[in-house]
Amino acid sequence: MVKKIMTGNLAAAWGAKISRAEVIAAYPITPQTIIVEKLAKFISDGELKAEYLRVESEHSAMAACIAASQTGARTFTATSSQGLALMHELLHWASGARTPIVMANVNRALAPPWNIWADHTDMMSQRDTGWIQFYAESNQEVLDTIINCYKLCEDRAIQLPAMVGLDAFYLSHTSEIVDIPDQDIADKFLPPYKAFYPLDVEHPLSVGSLAMPHQWYSEFRYKIYKSMEKVIPKLNKIEKEFNKEFGRNYTGPLDLYQVEDAEIILVAVGTVAGTVKDTVDYLRSKGLKVGVIRLRLFRPFPSEELIKALKNASFVGVLDRSFSFGNEGQIFSELKASLYQTNRDPLIKDFIVGIGGRDITTDTVKKIYENCQKCLKNKKIDQEIEWTNIKV
Amino acid sequence: MNRAGIPIEEYVCSGHSACPGCGALLVLRYVLKVLGKNTIVTSPACCFTAIAGMFPDTCIEVPLLYNAFETTAASASGIEAALKIKGKKDNTHVVAFAGDGGTADIGLQAISGALENGHNIIYVCYDNEAYMNTGIQSSSLTPMGATTTTNPIGKEAGWKITPKKNMMDILVAHNIKYAATVNPSYPIDFVKKVEKAKATKGFSYIHAYSVCPIGWRYQPELGLEMGRLATETGAFPLYEVENGKYNITYKKKTKNVLEYYKLQGRFRHLSEDFINDVQVYIDQEWQKLLLKEECSKK
Amino acid sequence: MKNNQKYSSVEDLPEASVASVSTVYIKTGSWRVYRPEIDKEKCIKCFICWRCCPDISIGIDEEGYPKINYDYCKGCGICSHECPNEAIKMKREGK
Repeated sequence: MVKKIMTGNLAAAWGAKISRAEVIAAYPITPQTIIVEKLAKFISDGELKAEYLRVESEHSAMAACIAASQTGARTFTATSSQGLALMHELLHWASGARTPIVMANVNRALAPPWNIWADHTDMMSQRDTGWIQFYAESNQEVLDTIINCYKLCEDRAIQLPAMVGLDAFYLSHTSEIVDIPDQDIADKFLPPYKAFYPLDVEHPLSVGSLAMPHQWYSEFRYKIYKSMEKVIPKLNKIEKEFNKEFGRNYTGPLDLYQVEDAEIILVAVGTVAGTVKDTVDYLRSKGLKVGVIRLRLFRPFPSEELIKALKNASFVGVLDRSFSFGNEGQIFSELKASLYQTNRDPLIKDFIVGIGGRDITTDTVKKIYENCQKCLKNKKIDQEIEWTNIKV
Repeated sequence: MNRAGIPIEEYVCSGHSACPGCGALLVLRYVLKVLGKNTIVTSPACCFTAIAGMFPDTCIEVPLLYNAFETTAASASGIEAALKIKGKKDNTHVVAFAGDGGTADIGLQAISGALENGHNIIYVCYDNEAYMNTGIQSSSLTPMGATTTTNPIGKEAGWKITPKKNMMDILVAHNIKYAATVNPSYPIDFVKKVEKAKATKGFSYIHAYSVCPIGWRYQPELGLEMGRLATETGAFPLYEVENGKYNITYKKKTKNVLEYYKLQGRFRHLSEDFINDVQVYIDQEWQKLLLKEECSKK
Repeated sequence: MKNNQKYSSVEDLPEASVASVSTVYIKTGSWRVYRPEIDKEKCIKCFICWRCCPDISIGIDEEGYPKINYDYCKGCGICSHECPNEAIKMKREGK
């Protein structure tokens, strides 16, 4: 067990290294570049036995990863915003082909205008592609989640790819203390990848052929739906083992902070949750009953767990660091929809924060809290969607 | 073991959905005969996707991976990397099998990237000179004068006036180790060149002439006759480039391109003047090829 | 009627669309309009017909002559056109 000071990008590279990724095909894009540079260095220094494919675009990177995974190798890649958007066609392909690829995505805003700072629109836009999606709050979590993802994705019941999001610059370029898991213990926790339908000259198969409307395309898609349903129970089981082996305390799809008796609950994703937790501490010191739920897992959407965690709340303020134009912030939409099917009806409001990397301070969060308090007092929300801290 | 000059063993079986007289099938059949059982093929959306049959059927007896349209070369490089890391690459050939669209148009970026990285794969482009699977639309390898659904003849002359993109030149510019044009009408030459590609440690490219009776509009029984005319008129010269050295493997350019064009419905609308222009272009390209071969000898 | 009975429900499907049933059960011979017929008197056993068949529907009989498998032959006529000794003639199917 070695502790090192490292940035989120280096933590992602270490995650891939400890997981013994075998084929890495990646294309550089700010702010992900350090991940691929570090991995190339690990390989050339002989510290990681892997093939590094210096592909000519993100699209080819994902294509090479899919093919390598289908040949039986454990694959890893990393990208960000424009690169993730370019891969879009193949994100659908990776999940349809049931390849357990793990990808680190540095959450960055989409152009135009050009913006390289933290924003969740890139990963949120890919929520329909059938990938499991995690959002990390710390560099430690980035490293650990990558290892856990391999164990989760390579399970026969799952066989789906996963992406781990880390906020641009807040995690990718900020140093924190990270505990690097022991390779021997990691090897026992995560055995070598064994593909279920590999390309093998001894057992020839044609992989990915045409499937007609009357049979069996719908059934293949149905199987992905069923596998997604198994993710949360599997994740809980895997994390319990991980926590035991490596001395961590991950709590599944949600990270709950002071929600038990909270009247007002804020829901956030990524590094902003850290700022919210600090604000919650301050507000609690003033006797205010407030808590925060950090969504670690966004796909599959943990509606059951969220509804349970919100059980005593009268007001829910959702902080979205992205927006689905023509509708609402994505977390807000999905949470609101989950609440509809229950008998819970807290007031719920969408706060759009931190778009394009705009800084979210404890002051911003305090203002959000005060607004929530005001709405709760008036027993209704003033507006459903509020773009906070905008120069209007 | 050979029969009629080519290996006997088959790796494609009957019952597939290719059109009667399909050239692509002959290309794949010959390539797999040479490469054998230890081959993994990756193929994009193209005629072959439909030919191989729908799930759970397949007409090919080696592992086959279907990939997205523009990713054939990237997919092949991924398979090669995985085989390398598993220690299986030395005994296994990786073949990228794409049509002209998936190679020269949408797939061009990936092939350029994979070739520059020097991956050890054999890329076979079966050139049926249009997007045949989707209903005969033009590609950059559609020849001068041809009409297709996206180069239709209407009130104004809409047929293709630009010549075929020279894929061989593009790849030679990347310092490719081995590239060759092949034609099923010349099977011994075909097999020899695939053997050379098989022995190459690095990226090799086979550009195969692939007849299409539906798209080119001729009677299917003329399939191999069409191939002979294509080569003998210079429309599809047979040559190879090994580490920059050119070698023309069939030197008889004796016929006028009119003899080749007149048999196909896709050229029926052309005037004598236009066909003369085509002949001039073909003659120029042939001269260039002869010069390249000459220079290679020095 | 296509026989696609290898899988009967979503439960026995593989997770990914991996195909392994050979197409040999599909008798494409039904596509034919003209059928090739080999005249053994003229046949010189060069097997050029076998070589140029896109449907791989020419085999070899007990006497060592090429034998057309009419279950698969689509009647494209390439073998007839290529035969160096004109030993293969195309006849209208059904006559």
